Amino acid sequence: MTEQPPRAHHDMGGIAKYACEPVDIEPHTLTDFDKEVDALRQVLGLKGIMTVDELRRGIEAIPEDEYHRLSYYRRWIRSITDTLLRKGLVTEAELQAALEQR
Amino acid sequence: MSTLLETDGEALLAALRGLLAAKGLATPAEVAERIAITERATPAQGARIVAKAWTDPGFRARLLADGTATVEGLGIPLRGAPPLGVLENTPELHHLVVCTLCSCYPRAVLGYPPFWYKSAGYRARAVRDPRGLIAEWGTVLPETTRIRVVDSTADYRWMVLPLRPAGTDGWTEEQLAALVREGDMVGVTVPATG
Amino acid sequence: MDLAPGTAVRVHDDWPESRGPCHIRTPHYVRGRRGRIVRRLGAFPNPEDLAFARPAATRALYHVVFNETELWPDGRAGDDLLVELYEHWLDPA
Repeated sequence: MTEQPPRAHHDMGGIAKYACEPVDIEPHTLTDFDKEVDALRQVLGLKGIMTVDELRRGIEAIPEDEYHRLSYYRRWIRSITDTLLRKGLVTEAELQAALEQR
Repeated sequence: MSTLLETDGEALLAALRGLLAAKGLATPAEVAERIAITERATPAQGARIVAKAWTDPGFRARLLADGTATVEGLGIPLRGAPPLGVLENTPELHHLVVCTLCSCYPRAVLGYPPFWYKSAGYRARAVRDPRGLIAEWGTVLPETTRIRVVDSTADYRWMVLPLRPAGTDGWTEEQLAALVREGDMVGVTVPATG
Repeated sequence: MDLAPGTAVRVHDDWPESRGPCHIRTPHYVRGRRGRIVRRLGAFPNPEDLAFARPAATRALYHVVFNETELWPDGRAGDDLLVELYEHWLDPA
């Protein structure tokens, strides 16, 4: 065996850990949450507020254990939130207040 | 990194929905419009493109040369979407598309990526054991057919033009389109009659 | 640098991940490997900068093919892999 290269956890091509992992080939229906997150990213992209590359960066920044625990679109909403906070388009105080109002 | 990011996704979405609407960054109407547009793209739309390529050699040549313009010529909007490339299967060469880094998929044509396409097992195995992977769908290629795995890493999105099954001479475009499934346009399956 | 179809190339054996936060579209398993240019796909803003909302220079993007045997010890002869790579990751081999 050669030494394991310092790849990032999202960079999954060919890694031995999943060599025997079966693939769930059954159809899965998207939830309303999934569709809304997907569409929100599109709106922010079309308006030039965030790129798909920023979405990916934010997803890749999720720690490995959480990355695998979170559903696909939960990774997305986390990345979208991260990006909006980083850019100051939404502040932590605003987000905190909005979360508490619920 | 903010600890607020560890909040559950449903709560984050609900909070952002109000904030972004108030700021005019993303309104519920804009989001609803994108959902509606996204849902118009389905594997059936991809199947229609495949059937047309099988029956119209001129269209097929244009599709392979410039997927984006040719698909837009059918009235399928690719606004805001990455360029589309179409890769042709032959008896000698079979394409299998994967995105090992995330989940790049020809969404503007085929719709939301299927669950399996986004899974760790699919992303990890496709590039190293493509034959073992597609066997999960029951797909077995002839020994003489080479596999070309396509790792969709950057600014294009890739769709497979599958091989037209034997015994379909004289079929209409509608009959042919009904044969084509989502997986055929990714390369995990191949269209077959009956 | 313009790489014509058929040109033999080698991907940089570089691991920016070990140097700090980054966003890289060159999969780990092709780094340091030898492949061949299939076609030039166009030129696009560098995603390594777009990901951090930095000004992004335009980079040529190529479709590069690698034999499976070049990538994996258990790769099957005859099978290969096609991947999109930016010019700044490639050197003529």
